[in-house]
Amino acid sequence: MDNHRTDGLKFSGLRQGMRARVVSVCAHCPDVRRLVEMGLTEGTEFRVVKVAPLGDPVEIEVRGYRLCLRKGEVAGIEIEQVEAAR
Amino acid sequence: MSHCHPATVEESSETALVGLVGNPNAGKTTVFNSLTGSFQKVGNYPGVTVEKVTGAADIGGHKVALIDVPGLYSLEAASEDERVALDVIEGRVRDMRSPDLLVYVMDASNLERNLYLFTHLAEARYPLVVALTMTDMLESEGARVDTRRMSDMLGVDVVPIVGHRGRGVRQLREAIDRNLKSPKRAERDFGFPVALEKRVEELCEQLALAGLDYPTSEVRQALLGGRSDVIRRVEEMPRLREAFEAAKADLETEGPLRPGLEAGTRYDWAAMVQKAVVRRTRPPKRLSPTDRLDWILTHRVFGLAVFLAIMYLVFQSIYTFALPVMDAVQWTFGRLSDLVSPALAGSPVIQSAVVDGLIAGLSAMMIFLPQILILFFFITLLEGTGYLARAAFLMDRLLGWCGLNGRAFIPLLSSFACAIPGVMAARVIPDPKSRLATILIAPLMSCSARLPIYLLLIGAFVEPQFGAAWAGFALFAMHLLGLLVAIPIVFVLNRGLIRGKSLPFVLELPPFQWPKWRDVWRTMFLRGKVFVKIAGTIIVAMSILIWALLYFPRPAGETAIYESQYATLPAEAREKVTQENFVQRRQIENSYLGRFGKTIEPVFRPAGFDWRLSTAILAAFPAREVVVPSLGIIFSLGGDVDQHSGDLRQALSEATWPDGRPLVTPWTAVGLMVFFALCCQCMGTLATVRRETNSWKWPLFMFAYMTALAYLAAVGINQLGRLVG
Ligand SMILES: Nc1nc2c(ncn2[C@@H]2O[C@H](COP(=O)(O)OP(=O)(O)OP(=O)(O)O)[C@@H](O)[C@H]2O)c(=O)[nH]1
Ligand SMILES: [Mg+2]
Repeated sequence: MDNHRTDGLKFSGLRQGMRARVVSVCAHCPDVRRLVEMGLTEGTEFRVVKVAPLGDPVEIEVRGYRLCLRKGEVAGIEIEQVEAAR
Repeated sequence: MSHCHPATVEESSETALVGLVGNPNAGKTTVFNSLTGSFQKVGNYPGVTVEKVTGAADIGGHKVALIDVPGLYSLEAASEDERVALDVIEGRVRDMRSPDLLVYVMDASNLERNLYLFTHLAEARYPLVVALTMTDMLESEGARVDTRRMSDMLGVDVVPIVGHRGRGVRQLREAIDRNLKSPKRAERDFGFPVALEKRVEELCEQLALAGLDYPTSEVRQALLGGRSDVIRRVEEMPRLREAFEAAKADLETEGPLRPGLEAGTRYDWAAMVQKAVVRRTRPPKRLSPTDRLDWILTHRVFGLAVFLAIMYLVFQSIYTFALPVMDAVQWTFGRLSDLVSPALAGSPVIQSAVVDGLIAGLSAMMIFLPQILILFFFITLLEGTGYLARAAFLMDRLLGWCGLNGRAFIPLLSSFACAIPGVMAARVIPDPKSRLATILIAPLMSCSARLPIYLLLIGAFVEPQFGAAWAGFALFAMHLLGLLVAIPIVFVLNRGLIRGKSLPFVLELPPFQWPKWRDVWRTMFLRGKVFVKIAGTIIVAMSILIWALLYFPRPAGETAIYESQYATLPAEAREKVTQENFVQRRQIENSYLGRFGKTIEPVFRPAGFDWRLSTAILAAFPAREVVVPSLGIIFSLGGDVDQHSGDLRQALSEATWPDGRPLVTPWTAVGLMVFFALCCQCMGTLATVRRETNSWKWPLFMFAYMTALAYLAAVGINQLGRLVG
């Protein structure tokens, strides 16, 4: 779990249908705590279900439920893309 | 709250207190209603309940106090509603001890996240029983929960329940009874490293000796290097700080300490339990019904169009469906005054008080009961299916531009029913700045109490000219207006008046549900009851008051004076108005309210309102429901219609200025509607804002800005009308 490389994927780069994984979470960012509590812990995979009509927020499926986030507000979370297993 | 050292369960001879806690939208209120037989509001979006509610339940032959609270994602409150829930759980509410037992309401279709909070409650050693909801939903997706296995893994009783169907309610009662007598010990080993746990326990003991009572989770968080209050306190105490540093150094020999371990371990445990207890009976479908609906409802292009179309349909149907019913109510009241009037002919004063006061006021109000019911039908439908959360998702960006949080959209949409619950629902917005802005604009949303005045004016001035389709559209436009006006206002508020930082937007989208028809009918019924109750109390009282102020004083000989005045009028003036009407009008103008109205008329003159409209507007400041009954009385007594047809629409469209110009032109009608759309005429809302913001400043500000806005808009529209012609 510790030797993940980030491939520089940002939340702003998320597209509908993409899968991604949380690589690391900023421990001291106050805004991130709630997201972690809602299940975006390190190593968690999620799927982008939808990007809202005006480009923000995004709806993701994480741990079996749907969550909306604003792309700009999750700066404390680093993610990487997960190749879709075929 | 239970801490490192085990708390003693308070033994009490009084009724036991049982708290219903869980994640937002897990079904707590549904369980509460099924156990207590109450009708608290439920809805398929997080944040329906924002205040604690108690009720009595019969458990094992004893009365038990049950308390329903807002939902929680963790034991760390981010918003006001969560604070309410935590205060109850942790026993910080005045005159209320902490609950003797918590029923942890857990959504079976969302187990992982629901188990996360369970780990916190279990670790804090609350006595727990699990009520497992939504098992029916899970079954329809082709899965079920092995509750026995789950009970073994969690260490507590797990009772599946479908509250609104009454399934599992008896079993839950029994479980509560059993656990009140002898609570079970919930699982507390979630797989944290043993070395870490040992250190946590030691530090906890040392903290306790120093008089600092911290939960183990908090101490663990601090040890792992996360954000915690403990660190700050420990800094002040050299001995404790040393112990902390030593523990940290010791743990670091086995590898770096990661703050993410705290939540990560809990979620790993939750995922493990979920995997172990959920059995699939058939493979999941590629697209769930929710996915299919969401495809169109939150579509990039169609989503917003669908939203507007839904709103349009709502208001169009309110307008169309209700017409026949309205006519029937109208007819009934007309017959009633025909019946009563002759019987009271012996005493003109009482006759007038009953016919022109009571019946005119009540009928003007009751005629709108059908529309109010239809409006609530649709609102309950939108709330019950889960569409509200989608609307918030769609609107977040728009709201974001003016500095609001997407979560604000749900309170705003609720305000279309009534601003008071809307203002309270703003509690779910974690960010205080956004919350305040939402509170300040919520009353701009067109609440159900404005419906009568719109329908009255649209019925009198739009429909006769443009037809029913445009009438429906006008109603829709009036409701859109508040939303459109609110946007620039929030923008300004956020720039200048409200200071503070913004917090992120996080919103869960629950799966769609069929509306629970029983809830829908019940809400309509309760709402109808409230409406009739207001009509039966406030409106009756106001009607009599307004009638009296309009009728008196009637000095003897007054009529004779007016009759001789009439005789001196030029012939062409006499052609326009009958003697009876002339006398009546002079009498009204000379009444207490008439004289008062004349004094204030100049204020509203620029908006094109005469003293009668102005008086009705002023009478409506405490509660806008009063306006239509007031108009009903004013125009029944002082209308220009010969017979008391009781039809206010007709009376308004035939009313004139003294010089014979029509009083209400289409422009004035629009001005009047806009005035009511924007004006702050509700004491209840102001009182709620005062309570929610804890200051007089904001309700006063709200009153001032809304009233000014309403006045300026009405004047602007009237002047524009005069320019255009
Ligand atoms: N199918 C199904 N729906 C349920 C069940 N329990 C509750 N619901 C529905 O789930 C939604 C949420 O229920 P509520 O009782 O309002 O949930 P809550 O936990 O009080 O929600 P908040 O007050 O917002 O925290 C509503 O639409 C309910 O009708 C259940 O067992 N099965
Ligand atoms: Mg609730």
